[in-house]
Amino acid sequence: MRLREIPITAWVGIFGILLAIFCALFAPWVAPFGETEVVGGVWQEADAQFFFGLDNLGRDILSRLIFGARTTLFVAFAATLVSFSLGIVLSFIAAVSGGLIDTVFSRFNDLMMSIPTLIFALVVLAVLPQHILILILVMAVLDSTRVYRLGRAVALDVAVMEFVEAARLRGEGTTWIIFREILPNTLSPLLAEFGLRFAFAILFLSTLSFLGLGIQPPTADWGGMVKDNKDGIIFGIAAALVPGSAIAALCICVNLVVDWLLKRTSSLKGGRGDA
Amino acid sequence: MNWAAKFSSRSVSPFRQVDHVPMSNPIETKPAEAERPPGLRWKARFPLLSLIVERLLLSILLLFAVSVLIFGGVEALPGDFATTYLGQSATPQAVANIRSELGLDRPLVTRYVSWLGGALQGDFGTSWASRNSVSEQVGRRLGNSLFLAGFAALIAVPLAVGLGMLSVHFRNRMPDKIINVLSLAAISLPEFFIGYLLILYFAVNFGIATFPATVYEGMGFLERLQTIALPTATLVLVVLAHMMRMTRAAILSVMSSAYMETAELKGLSAARSIVKHAAPNALAPIINVVALNLAYLVVGVVVVEVVFVYPGMGQYMVDAVTVRDMPVVQACGLIFAAVYILLNMLADILAIVANPRLRHPR
Amino acid sequence: MPELSTALLSVRNLKIEATSYPPGEPPKRITIVDGVSFDLAKGKVLGLIGESGAGKSTIGLAALAYGRGGAEITGGEVKLNGTDILALGKGGIRKVRGARVCYVAQSAAAAFNPAHKLGDQVIEASVKHGLMSRDEARKRALYLFRVLGLPNPETFGNRFPHQVSGGQLQRAMTAMALCPNPELIVFDEPTTALDVTTQIDVLAAIKHAIEETRTAALYITHDLAVVAQISDDIMVLRYGKTVEYGPVQQIIEAPRQDYTQALVNVRQAIRHEAADQSRPLLSVDHVSAQYSNGFKVLHDVSLHLCRGQTLAIVGESGSGKSTLARVITGLLPPSDGHISFDGKPLTPSLKRRSRDELRRIQLIYQMADTAMNPRQTVRDIIGRPLTFYDGLRGAAKTAKVKELLEQIEMGTGFIDRYPAELSGGQKQRVAIARALAARPELILCDEPTSALDPLVAEGILKLLAKLQEDQQLSYVFITHDIAIVRAIADSVAVMHRGRLVRFGPKSQALSPPFDDYTDLLLKSVPEMKLGWLEQVLATRRMESAGN
Repeated sequence: MRLREIPITAWVGIFGILLAIFCALFAPWVAPFGETEVVGGVWQEADAQFFFGLDNLGRDILSRLIFGARTTLFVAFAATLVSFSLGIVLSFIAAVSGGLIDTVFSRFNDLMMSIPTLIFALVVLAVLPQHILILILVMAVLDSTRVYRLGRAVALDVAVMEFVEAARLRGEGTTWIIFREILPNTLSPLLAEFGLRFAFAILFLSTLSFLGLGIQPPTADWGGMVKDNKDGIIFGIAAALVPGSAIAALCICVNLVVDWLLKRTSSLKGGRGDA
Repeated sequence: MNWAAKFSSRSVSPFRQVDHVPMSNPIETKPAEAERPPGLRWKARFPLLSLIVERLLLSILLLFAVSVLIFGGVEALPGDFATTYLGQSATPQAVANIRSELGLDRPLVTRYVSWLGGALQGDFGTSWASRNSVSEQVGRRLGNSLFLAGFAALIAVPLAVGLGMLSVHFRNRMPDKIINVLSLAAISLPEFFIGYLLILYFAVNFGIATFPATVYEGMGFLERLQTIALPTATLVLVVLAHMMRMTRAAILSVMSSAYMETAELKGLSAARSIVKHAAPNALAPIINVVALNLAYLVVGVVVVEVVFVYPGMGQYMVDAVTVRDMPVVQACGLIFAAVYILLNMLADILAIVANPRLRHPR
Repeated sequence: MPELSTALLSVRNLKIEATSYPPGEPPKRITIVDGVSFDLAKGKVLGLIGESGAGKSTIGLAALAYGRGGAEITGGEVKLNGTDILALGKGGIRKVRGARVCYVAQSAAAAFNPAHKLGDQVIEASVKHGLMSRDEARKRALYLFRVLGLPNPETFGNRFPHQVSGGQLQRAMTAMALCPNPELIVFDEPTTALDVTTQIDVLAAIKHAIEETRTAALYITHDLAVVAQISDDIMVLRYGKTVEYGPVQQIIEAPRQDYTQALVNVRQAIRHEAADQSRPLLSVDHVSAQYSNGFKVLHDVSLHLCRGQTLAIVGESGSGKSTLARVITGLLPPSDGHISFDGKPLTPSLKRRSRDELRRIQLIYQMADTAMNPRQTVRDIIGRPLTFYDGLRGAAKTAKVKELLEQIEMGTGFIDRYPAELSGGQKQRVAIARALAARPELILCDEPTSALDPLVAEGILKLLAKLQEDQQLSYVFITHDIAIVRAIADSVAVMHRGRLVRFGPKSQALSPPFDDYTDLLLKSVPEMKLGWLEQVLATRRMESAGN
């Protein structure tokens, strides 16, 4: 892989993601003000001191945006990681074992997927106590159904290949077959799927926070910031759109990278990149 | 025949069903037919009918399982509603009283049976928060939600299919690339962001649309349309990009098939090739894409209703979740899931019907 | 060679190029066809023959001024009755396609639109080009269905493509091409995807139909024996260039170029039959097998193989020959009967076999592409059995891998390549080395050469024969190609619909008196001689199943 072959759109995406990660890691040093520090009047206009202006309680929007990157990225990333591990492990076990295990796992997955994710999350979050760990787990479990479906399809595609049969004929164990024969051949599509799931997790978390069921105040997170400032819209105050744009920008960046990964995968397979 | 099993698993990919019907070579299947167990003969003779019946039965089974999941899952999760309901400082006696009043002291199975029995007759019990009948509220709000989603679909479907075709026509050229980038951006936008952006510009700055989108009984049809203009536009934008990209992929896979080359090598005009040869085969995947996105629309309505303060099911449910009003949450959850399952079933059945291999069995 | 003045199709200095997009590399321009010229007279058949990648299909499509998958005709001229069709505009070329020049694709199953009845598709071009009325076209279609020997010609057109067999579809496609009464038909490997006994009938039907309608044809194939039956002239192509071009008799009986001579002489006998020994290495005793859904695929099969010898199993697709190999490997345990190996009973199920049992029997697949993990290097692929069975690691393993590479005549330079960087023949050699690495006594070869071009296949067969000589290997060689059987086998088993119809030493199995099926199978294999097709049709006893 040479750097020159990465298209400009993917570079834009990579740059955007790195910027968000940088903000998240070094928030206390980068942000001009504190996360919950009240520094002026309610919905004060942007000026040289407050780049994006102040929010509904007089806090600096830019600072909260930078601190919000922390929460949003961390929760979304943690949820994606858990959902991926869960989905991939279960789907690969199902694909390699087949038979009853596959049937039971897959039918249960179908059942979980027959309820729309947001509705399922609403029902579950109505019951569970509000805690960041629970939020991550709920997001992860619901999303792992999508990972499972893709993981199983991809693994089955590879598992029926003759080189896997050849490994079985040699007498190799299940671990070898999963990790040495199947996994290396599924990395590209899975990596792209990880990106997609991550973008979805950011959107989903923001939506939950926006509905008041995600991250609880006063911790800054982008979806919650939209909720805090939404009443300003009627007065023509665009404060709610700033965190909204941040969410959109980050998701676009992730999608640009995913798009490039997907095209690369299909060209490796010798298929048409645009189909 | 194992495609029955393939069909039964609900899929989001619109082409999976079509792809998985084997391009079977009859020479190879001949001996199989002779020795097939007798129970399968009916299936073999009426594959279309049997697949549809199978799909219907599966949906009913799924709905039942979903009701168990929604009811049982909620009950099994930790957290005591009576305490939540009364607050942390409630006396044990008050908690016991409220438990018996809400029927929480009865066994789980009894409560489930009476809940499901009620739900089947359209009775979802009483709201804990407002003490009103849930069914009454749901009845009015479901109509509102479906009206909003339906109107959005009416605009989004032709637009998405049209743009998808345009994109295929200009494949890999400028218009296609522009549509591709724009749709990629569009699927990255959260619904509430689009909503507030539209409100800021069209309702606040230009003043040509109304906000909030309050509708009430006895409102005139045109007035109602005007009121829901912005939420509709938001929903259209939300669903358009997805539908367009899936349509494009569906049409492309048909256009690159060998029989389209045959049509070209027969010297047929482009119009005839598309109308006569591409359209009948692209129809099934496109119908599938549309139905799947309608299901998506029904869910997307939740956030849009909250943004626009629109009195629909979504807002009702979100409000209920915030105050932990379980009867409302369960009712809304079940209804949303039911609509979603039904639309998905419709998608699969239409795809089955549109498949010539199944419509004309051997 | 035909006179210029009478030429229907005249191709001069044809050059076709395409842009390829190799992954991870900048796009590059490649030449598919370079400087090809020929003439085809009215009512004559020109055979285009060559390996995959020789550019033969591309030339055929150029006769319709069509470039598939981004191929562009960048030079030369294609004249149809004196008009250069490459110079015609879009509208002009549309009037040629489907009216004056028609095309028959390799896979009719994919080329027919699944949504329409066969009859409607057959007459569509004739009607749309205004060549005949719908009724006239229907009558002509009916006539053509009869000429092509399709069953129930009156109602055949009412059926949908998925309702008829592969051989019938290929004939329906020929009817579709003949219907508008074109001057020229391009046949692009029309029988390649068919079973050998079906191929002969379709071939005969096509030959009869083009003679009857006096249509000229370009017949594209990779099989010289097939094209010899149907052509007047033959052009041999390689790497997009003409190797030899002349009348069929000269090409077959007196080829001038080395490459053509090699093609004509391919698969001459390599091995003389060895005698049966008293103690067989492998013996299969009354074995039956069925799939988990209860479908029975093998019925009471008994055969044996002696050490150091080759048993060839022949049959068509669906005959159960590959299933038998799966039963021997333990992938599909037999439902009845038993198998013994080296005098001891073989554990039926793969999962219960000991590592040593697994080591002694190895398998080589038809598609080397899918039989090797694309993410492993040649070193890993060949080295794994060495580590797995013998615990070799590090330098000892590398040395052994290099030794094996020498044995398969590839050289040690390939050790760090990935399968994608190897040619088809090289991949199959690596697959053989992987089998050898286990120090096997028996190698099951499941059509290891049928996906390869004839000369490459011959190289593989010679390698297998040499290895057998050096290492006393025994082979079970599964194939549908009688010529290979004649070349390499000691004993032969013929299978048909899951049953063994014939088994014995090669000299007996392939000599009369024959049972009906073996007779059909043997007579269906195209032979490299003129007039073979007519002779076979006159003498065979049984009709093929594909009808």
